[in-house]
Parts: sequence; C-alpha cells; structure tokens
Amino acid sequence: MTLLRVDAASAMPWGVPVLQDISLALDAGEITALIGPNGAGKSSLLRLIAGDFALSQGSINFDGQPLADWSRAQLATRLAFLPQLSLLNFPYTVEEVVLLGRTPHATGARVDREIALQALAATDTVTLRDRLYTQLSGGERQRVQLARVFAQIWEQHSHGGQLLLLDEPTAALDLAHQQQVAAAIAAIAGRGCAVLLVVHDVNLAAAVARRLVVLDHGRQVTTGSPAEVLTPTLFRELFHAEVLVQEHPHGGRPLVIGL
Amino acid sequence: MITSVSKRRQRAGRLIRLLAALLPIVVLVGLGSGAVSLGPIQVLQALWGDGENQAIMIVQQIRLPRVLLAAIMGATLAMSGAAMQGLFRNPLADPSLIGVTAGASLGASLIIVMGGGLLQGFTGLTLISIGAFAGGMLAVLVVYRLANSGNGTSVATMLLAGIAITALAGAVGSLLEFFADNEHLRRISLWKMGGLDSASMPRLWLAVTVSGAVLVALPRYAAALNTLLLGESEARYLGIDVDRTKLALIGWVAVGVGTSVALVGTIAFVGLVIPHLIRLTIGPDHRYLLPASALAGAILLVVADTLSRVVLAPTELPVGIITALIGVPFFVSLLRQRHHYGMQT
Repeated sequence: MTLLRVDAASAMPWGVPVLQDISLALDAGEITALIGPNGAGKSSLLRLIAGDFALSQGSINFDGQPLADWSRAQLATRLAFLPQLSLLNFPYTVEEVVLLGRTPHATGARVDREIALQALAATDTVTLRDRLYTQLSGGERQRVQLARVFAQIWEQHSHGGQLLLLDEPTAALDLAHQQQVAAAIAAIAGRGCAVLLVVHDVNLAAAVARRLVVLDHGRQVTTGSPAEVLTPTLFRELFHAEVLVQEHPHGGRPLVIGL
Repeated sequence: MITSVSKRRQRAGRLIRLLAALLPIVVLVGLGSGAVSLGPIQVLQALWGDGENQAIMIVQQIRLPRVLLAAIMGATLAMSGAAMQGLFRNPLADPSLIGVTAGASLGASLIIVMGGGLLQGFTGLTLISIGAFAGGMLAVLVVYRLANSGNGTSVATMLLAGIAITALAGAVGSLLEFFADNEHLRRISLWKMGGLDSASMPRLWLAVTVSGAVLVALPRYAAALNTLLLGESEARYLGIDVDRTKLALIGWVAVGVGTSVALVGTIAFVGLVIPHLIRLTIGPDHRYLLPASALAGAILLVVADTLSRVVLAPTELPVGIITALIGVPFFVSLLRQRHHYGMQT
C-alpha cells in the first residue's frame, strides 16, 4: 500500500529552487534512505513532506489525500519527524520529553506512559528516564528525541499506516547505539510504519534500507536497491571520492570501503 | 512504578495546594495591616459586616479592593511572564518584552502631560489608565506587525522589535518629561513606580473581568506551550497550530499586562522572577507552571503591597520598589546557581 506519494515535486521556500522534480513513493512497512552530499536537499525534502514549506510544483499525497488537505492535528497522529537539531534548553526530565510525543493523541495518561516506556526501551534510554534533558550528552539527547518521535507513532493507526521521517538519527551515536537504533527502526517498520531517513553512513543506509534515493543539488540522481545504487561511479561523480564496493560477507548487500 | 514524572507531578500538586492555602492567609494579613492594625478575627468580622463601623469601613471600602487588586494583578503578571518565557523559549523573558509596558508608560505620560485640567480626581485616573492601555496595545500591535512576515511570526524578530519599540517609547517619554513641568514630572515618575493606592471597587471589577479572562484563557495553551519548548517546527509536527497559538498568547498577555500597567503602573520583576522560581521547584510543565505561577504572583504582590503600607507607615512606598527589592536578590541568587537545575541560558 502506498502511504506517501511525491510526484514531480519542486519547492523554492526562499525564492531559490531547493528541490526540483522529486518523485518517490513510500509503502507502509518500507524503509527508504536518502543519501547525497551536504546541501543536496535531503533535509529540505523531509521538511517539505513534514509541511514546513509549500510546494511550487507537483504534488504530495499522504494516504491518498493531498498533504495540504490534512489538518495539523490529524497529520500529527500519523506522521512524526525528527529534525537534525534540537533547541530544547528547558529542564524537562527525559520521560517528560518522550511524553510530549504523545501530545497529538488522546489515549490517556496510563497508555501514554506505557508507550513512553516502550519507546525509551527501544532507544536504550530507560536508565536516563529521571535525568534532566539539559544535562545529557549529545548522543543521549539524540536517543531521547528519537524515543519522542517513536512514541508519537508507536501504536498502529486504525485507519492505515504511519510515516516516520528521521534526519540523521544516528549522527551522534556510538557504534553499539547505531546498531540498536537501526534495529529499533526496523522493528517500527515491521509494524507497518513507512520510514524515510537521511543518513551519511552509506553502509548503515545499505543495512537498514531496502531502497536508496540519491539527491544532488536538489535533484533526484537515482533511486534503487543498495546494490543498484552504490557503485564506484556514483561515489566518484557525486562525492568526488574513490571507494571500493565489495559484497558484504553477511547477507550480500554492498559494502563501501573508502580508499 | 514511581518515576520522576510522578514525583514532579506530586510535588507540583503539593505546591499548588500549599500556595492556594497561603493566599487567603496573606490576604487576611494584608487586610489587617496598615495605619490601623486589625487582628484576623476583627478582619473577618468586618468582612461580614460585624464589629465597629470604622473597622468595617477600613476593611470593606479601602483595604479589600486594594488587596484583591494586588492579588489579581500579581497573578496576571506572573502567569503572563510564564507564558512569555515559554513562547520565547527563554527563561529570562519577561512580559514587557513585547513592548506593552513601554507603550503603556508612554500612553500614560502623554495623557498626564497633555491632559491638563481634565486630570482632576477619579476621571483623571481613569483617563490615564485608558491612555496607558491604548499605548500598550498599540506598541504590541506594532511589534507584532514588524515580526510578521509571509512565513508567519518570527519570535526572534519580535524580541528585537520589542526592544526597538521599547527604546522608541522610552525616548519619546523622555522627551515629554524634558518639556513637562515639575507637577507633571512628579506624577509621571510616581505612576511609573507603580502603586495600588488608586484601588477602588469599580477598578477591582474591571480587573476581575479582564484579568479573570486572561487567567482562564492562558492555561488552555499549556499543552501547546509544552511542545513549543521543543521548538516551533517540532510543535507543528506535534499537531499544534503554532501561528494561532502565538497570536492568542501574545493577545492575552498584551491584554493582561496592558490592564495591569493601566491600573497599577509598572510593577517590576513579578513576571520574571515568579515563573523562574516555580520552574525551579516543579519543572517546566506549563500545566502546573501556569497556575502555580499565578498563585505565587498573587502572594508576592499582596505581601509586597502590605509591606509598602507598613514599612514607613503612614507613608506608602510605591509597590514596584518593594517587588524589585524582594525580586532582585532572588533573581541574582538564581543566576548564580542556574547550572544546579539544568538551565543553560
């Protein structure tokens, strides 16, 4: 089932074209990764889908309806977005931050706290629960914010799938937590949630996502499975980097080694 | 399972109950204190219309409007301050940031200087209040328009616009004072210090109606304010209509603070210190922060007003001086230990 359909979408939020002619479809339960060099428009595409700015051309449909027709409150029960930076500098406890993810839902305090606890567990932040957010390290904060967006779309929606947009969710994480978060994202997708994430680590992208979308200068360069997309030519042309692409010893997905 | 969220909520509930119990006590003390000192039992009797005629007159006619006005204005200022700190995501924000106080001061100064013979007695006072309220609203409107662009309202621009309008109003005010005669000068500076000595039943009813509406309206945005602390975009992703929330918060705060400046002049530090203190004890959850701030603000202003009447009796000190004298040491100690409670600003 196609949950999100972006059709020939362009956007110029500040008068300059930031995204041009982007087309992609996300199915429920599918993980898609956006890759591309800095300034390629990856975060802008997530923000466009999250409704931060308007389309100049094309269309975006969520669950069959144009995105602009969705009310904020309705959309928030089914679409969660984790931006790259967090501005929070008030001394909420970690659990309070995660509970904020339940704001769009009217499920009651007991259910909310149950879900918050599960989201905390999924990001290995249960032990941080009573700490003040402002006193956490960068990686800990990132995991707490991740738990917050998990909590927002934790339960399956009765009318159809949900969409999770993640902007570099693992940027500040150590290796163990990167793997744990990747597993948590896969588990959420397994419950019927479509995931679109920006990652810089192409090997992580190949490990979690079934499909990669490559952006450069606001345009879609190519789309396909990791094996189709991750070629030495792509890295040479797009990132100006020489790499070796091997087959991963486990599972056969491509493994990119920088030279 | 007891987590800190439960603990914080229990503590918040306890604090609100404690403050709610304390408020009637300070009101009673306030009603009893002054040039003629009355005990709590005498005060209660006088409130019911029992006891000496003189006591009944003092309590019902003079002190009751004054003490209740102090309570309502303190509550309004403190709750407005809490809402502004949430909206600006800055624990050091203050309701006067949006220009309302400076605009109101200018409006009042204009009426005092231009009013001439109209300013005798009660009508004069009302005229000054109307001028202050109009000035405050006008300033907020200008600030809001300056910060409003096609992409919505920028809170950062609004802060800067507020500073600019405050400076402009201050300059024009100084110009007025430069040309004012001694009598006008004294009235302007007394008005600016703030005072509750003009309290009367009609003014109290006005305050109850307008500030009552503000005190009921602001807590309805508690959940929205909680998400706004994450950032405006994040609040939007959580389903909050951010632009409408901003407009509503600024509107209610402008009306609340505008009314308070119009009725009792500028009263420093209540809107800044009280929310800060409450956040320190129960955390930033606005569902508890807003009502607790209102109660604490009411208590502070009633106590400050009582002190202002007692310290140099029979002379009354302007209440703004007392709140600043109580507020500043608190505030400085907060600044010195801010890292102990995870504040990073």
